[in-house]
Amino acid sequence: MHAKADQRIRVTLTLNGRERSGYAEPRTQLCDFLRHELGATGTHVGCEHGVCGACTVRVDGRASRSCLMLAVQAEGRRLDTVESLAGEEGLSDLQQAFRRHHALQCGFCTAGILMSCEEFLSRVADPSEALVRDMLSGHLCRCTGYTGMVQAVLEVARSRRLATGPDSQQENNDV
Amino acid sequence: MKPAAFDYLRPSNRREACERLHEAGDDARLIAGGQSLMAVLNMRLAQPRQLIDIAGIEDLHFIERRDDHLAVGAGVTQAELLEYPGLAEAVPLLAQAMPWIGHWQTRNRGTVCGSIAHADPSAELPLCLVTLEGQVVLENRRGKSRRVMAGDFFQGVLTTDRRQDELITEVRFPLARPGLEYRFQEVSMRHGDFAIVALAGVIDGARVTLGVGGVADRPVCRVFDRHEDPGETLNAFAWSLGAEDDAHATAAYRRQLIRERGRELIAGGPSDEEIAHARQG
Repeated sequence: MHAKADQRIRVTLTLNGRERSGYAEPRTQLCDFLRHELGATGTHVGCEHGVCGACTVRVDGRASRSCLMLAVQAEGRRLDTVESLAGEEGLSDLQQAFRRHHALQCGFCTAGILMSCEEFLSRVADPSEALVRDMLSGHLCRCTGYTGMVQAVLEVARSRRLATGPDSQQENNDV
Repeated sequence: MKPAAFDYLRPSNRREACERLHEAGDDARLIAGGQSLMAVLNMRLAQPRQLIDIAGIEDLHFIERRDDHLAVGAGVTQAELLEYPGLAEAVPLLAQAMPWIGHWQTRNRGTVCGSIAHADPSAELPLCLVTLEGQVVLENRRGKSRRVMAGDFFQGVLTTDRRQDELITEVRFPLARPGLEYRFQEVSMRHGDFAIVALAGVIDGARVTLGVGGVADRPVCRVFDRHEDPGETLNAFAWSLGAEDDAHATAAYRRQLIRERGRELIAGGPSDEEIAHARQG
């Protein structure tokens, strides 16, 4: 494949369980493609060089910076964004825990943080606080000071463990 | 910012990737995970005419444990290598050092070979590869491959021995040898930031190989005798690296870290892992 710089290329991917297509130039960042082309504006764009983590989405399950990825690189991939979290019955358990623990204030960074936390929880069933903080170190939040997020993640990890029982660890079921 | 415009090429095999590299000359950049390159493109510090994406080349996606080394293909992400079963036993230095690379979220996409190719002087993987005396395997458009010792591969800031039509196909980390100890330490402003000083050590009885990253224009190694007071040799080593002041630390602070952390590492003091563990209680 050789796409010219000004060429608009058709990109097809699975966004939150639905197949979606749109057009992107080679240089179009994935975050801009999601927002401007597919209208999925839940993902926020912060620093555009991989530092702040606001634009984090899950690519084939893995939390990734959507500003450090081109739309054309997402061809055929499974993408999950913050829009995938809440269901018919309302906010997800993680979102509710964020609300309970005041883990957000302005909310700009939250869309990305939730996607990191979801991947983290799917792979680490019983995390230590240090490990949660290490995972959150990939995100910048200027409102909260992170304490509420740490509490929310630990609480959800605990409640999910109780719900699945001690014998059915969910570690690595997403890789 | 947004990247400047470029053509996007997605070759289906190694040979084609090398051909495209050869045709494009200095105007092309390879991309795999893009966790360093995309930031550089977004800030327009680099404006290549062509971007050649090798992430889809199937046969670059392997981790193989061979007789005396662990081979990591150019398609392997840092997260995948960290999750490789038995990494701590096969190459313990990597198991200690890799959690220091960027963040969970960047390790998910950043590749091992990409970090080697990028050759940032403060990066953890080049330091490990040099300290362990590993190798870089490159292939050109004629399908000819060559191996380069890590110590010869890194030639300066973001500068390597890779030739224009060559692709790094794999890197080889020597397997741990019984009885040897491996240690890694890093000092940075915050975990995940660029290293102010990173140290890697291989302790072979009285012989200690100490590698230092984040100070000179590339990772540099020196061998120490554990029975001798390393004070003066460490000081000379620290001065020889040509440390410079920057926004994060002064040159004097960098030299001091090499002297103090280096002494600790040579003496076989606690590794960062042990310190962190002790802190957690």
